[in-house]
Amino acid sequence: MTPDSTFPELHPPLSQQAAVAEANRCLFCFDAPCAGACPTHIDVPRFIKKISSGNLLGSAETILDANVLGLSCSRVCPVQVLCEGACVYNNINHQPITIGLLQRHAMEHFYASAGKLPYKTVPHARKIACIGAGPASLACAAELRKHGLNVTIFDKRTQPGGLNTYGVAQYKFTPNDAAREVELVRATGVEFKSGIAIGKDISIDDLEREFAAIFIGIGLGGTQPLDIPGEKLGHVVNALQFIAAYKHAEPMHVGHSVAVVGGGNTAIDAAVAAKYLGAVHVSILYRRAEANMSAFAFEYEHARRSGINFIWNARPINITAHTVECDNGNVIPAQTVIVAIGQSRLLETLEKIRTIKLSNGQVVVNPETGQTDDPKYFAGGDCVNGGREVVDAAAEGKRAAKGILQWLT
Amino acid sequence: MADLTTLFAGRIKSPNPFWLASGPPANCGEQIMRAFDAGWGGAVWKTIGEPIVNVSSRYSSVDLNGYRMMGLNNIELISDRPIDVNLREIAEVKRRYPNHAVIASLMVESKREVWHDIVKRAEDAGSDGLELNFGCPHGMSERGMGSAVGQVPEYACMITEWVKEVARTPVLVKLTPNISDIRTVARAAKKGGADALTAINTINSITGIDLDSLTPRPDVGGKSSHGGYCGPAVKPIALHMVQQIAGDPQVQLPISAIGGIGSWRDAAEFILLGASSLQACTAPMHYGFRIVEDMIDGLSHWMDSKGYANIEAFRGLSLPRVTGWQHLDLNFKIVARINPDTCIGCQLCYTACWDGAHQCIHVDGAAKPEISAAISAASIVRTPTTPTVSHATPPKRIPKVDEHECVGCNLCWLVCPVENCISMVRVDKGEKPQSWAERSKSV
Repeated sequence: MTPDSTFPELHPPLSQQAAVAEANRCLFCFDAPCAGACPTHIDVPRFIKKISSGNLLGSAETILDANVLGLSCSRVCPVQVLCEGACVYNNINHQPITIGLLQRHAMEHFYASAGKLPYKTVPHARKIACIGAGPASLACAAELRKHGLNVTIFDKRTQPGGLNTYGVAQYKFTPNDAAREVELVRATGVEFKSGIAIGKDISIDDLEREFAAIFIGIGLGGTQPLDIPGEKLGHVVNALQFIAAYKHAEPMHVGHSVAVVGGGNTAIDAAVAAKYLGAVHVSILYRRAEANMSAFAFEYEHARRSGINFIWNARPINITAHTVECDNGNVIPAQTVIVAIGQSRLLETLEKIRTIKLSNGQVVVNPETGQTDDPKYFAGGDCVNGGREVVDAAAEGKRAAKGILQWLT
Repeated sequence: MADLTTLFAGRIKSPNPFWLASGPPANCGEQIMRAFDAGWGGAVWKTIGEPIVNVSSRYSSVDLNGYRMMGLNNIELISDRPIDVNLREIAEVKRRYPNHAVIASLMVESKREVWHDIVKRAEDAGSDGLELNFGCPHGMSERGMGSAVGQVPEYACMITEWVKEVARTPVLVKLTPNISDIRTVARAAKKGGADALTAINTINSITGIDLDSLTPRPDVGGKSSHGGYCGPAVKPIALHMVQQIAGDPQVQLPISAIGGIGSWRDAAEFILLGASSLQACTAPMHYGFRIVEDMIDGLSHWMDSKGYANIEAFRGLSLPRVTGWQHLDLNFKIVARINPDTCIGCQLCYTACWDGAHQCIHVDGAAKPEISAAISAASIVRTPTTPTVSHATPPKRIPKVDEHECVGCNLCWLVCPVENCISMVRVDKGEKPQSWAERSKSV
């Protein structure tokens, strides 16, 4: 079975005609609330107006000007709480404009017609390093290239793209899509150095010597441990490893029953994927009540529709070869146990850079510029915000690029 | 139920005022009989004359934001079928539908004996009236017919006279809008003895150009030609021209109105400006004959609600309300009011007033509308972790009208996407009305 047939798209794309019809519905608000609700401030009515006139390339350029990750954001953004949630049509009980689908329509056209990003070549330009090749660094690098700075992106993984490549549910976004965005940024002249771990394959001192400024966009570490007996058993896997594995490795066998521990969006991504991979019974075990769950309402709804079983107020205390035992007495059969209780901080890496300040394991930055306590270092994305959306990382990467440009001049 | 039966020009009877206009939907007897079965009260036959040869393609249209055929353009000529076939079918239709109106549209060479001949033959076939096509703006005009006649009052008068020399049924002259003042030809037709007028024929147009091939539409082997424009887009022009001739004391003839009529609302508007019957072509071309059902019961329900027993009860009632600008009351004053309870905060009124009107709608904290540069410089918002529950419009997004500066132009009310959000409210002190004509006289 191909990945595409195992994981059918959650929201199929719009046809050209449907896109124009939907674009025509847009009121073209002034100082539009949808644009204000977007962390990257994409000028939504402007790009939609261009779809309705058939100016798809112009539309995509409007999107990319604000957010180089326009394609992935169109697919993975929680639009219900962002642009679409802010659409004024909500105020009169009309369906909000399907902004995410329209953005995807413009972006697909851009990639299909081999569109390019604007960038400058400046002699003797300053060199900037971005650590991590996820959304934050890609956004930062693209913005810097617009102004002609030289950028090198270091990443310890073999493929760039960060969680867009390794961590997004397959039915939302595929690694091929993620690669298209990486190649777009590469084509502006950004150099990618993959498989390079900072502080190991290259020292902090060397980095500081070679580069005028350094952007930290390393994201978060692995899933936090449960610290309960049985956690080390072979059928217990953390959510991010699970998602990365089914996206990139051989077909997976999850067995008849799967238990997912956690109550966030990643837990839901993993549970739904387990269903797609053939599990008959998938249960989400959450230690608190339904009302406390951190997953978005529409993700919860999606899980419900996918037949996921939710067990509330259930904290696992022991994992056996075939079950998960909970503190409320529940014993759930499971051939695979997926742990999704949040990612840990990458303290090991961050603490190597002694001059920056951390708070609760997150990098502290100036909210206007993304600059850390050490003026040479800027940061953005999950390592700053503790783990949010792709669009937040894109916004923070862009903000840091502007901060760097300001600081260097 | 209101009575929709129509007696046009004193002698043409139809069960309702809705007639198919001379055009593709009235091309042959079979179509017209199906139209009558669907409810149409009459039909003006596709123009009969010496058969022509048509081109392919023939139609092109203007779509607006997803609505197809807001305007339709055609370069089709008069009937391409032999005269005797058309006349035989007229006889057949009249035999089977004696109570419906069948009017023969005619266009022949500008020769007295040729006109005499076709008039006699059409009437012998049984047509209830004759419509002289002095309006077709393409193809026929180059041969000295159609609008070539309709644009020269003397020709129009002369040919009407020829027709009237032999005609036994009412003669309708169909007017072209492609002229600087439609009343000149209306008066000429009256002078020639016309019993009624039909207005308007199609408007000269080029609907658009294919941006790949660079050929204007409709494409006839890489070339195009101007055509006749009709459909919803032309209704305001038709309404104006019908009002002009209906309001002209020198004309005073029954009018069969045509131009963008597709619903009972359109029909009521034309009747209010003096029309006695209504013709439709683009609407049945777009949706089929079945649309007449809504036209019939929509119009009669509206008439019932207004207490109009028949068409004559409200015909022309809006005519006295159309006047020259110089007679409008300069002391009448309205301003815009925005209802904050229904405002959705789209700010279309704000940008429209600033960029397109009189700069009197304001938003808190903004002196003038500024383009989105302001938001990209702002520190970034983050994705909320809880869904937005309230969909109330934030008060700071609700624009406010400076009523002292508002000139009452209506633009904000026109652009507002929410019904009953902006209202135009009368604020004058009830001063005695004074028109510009009166004011300039008193000075």
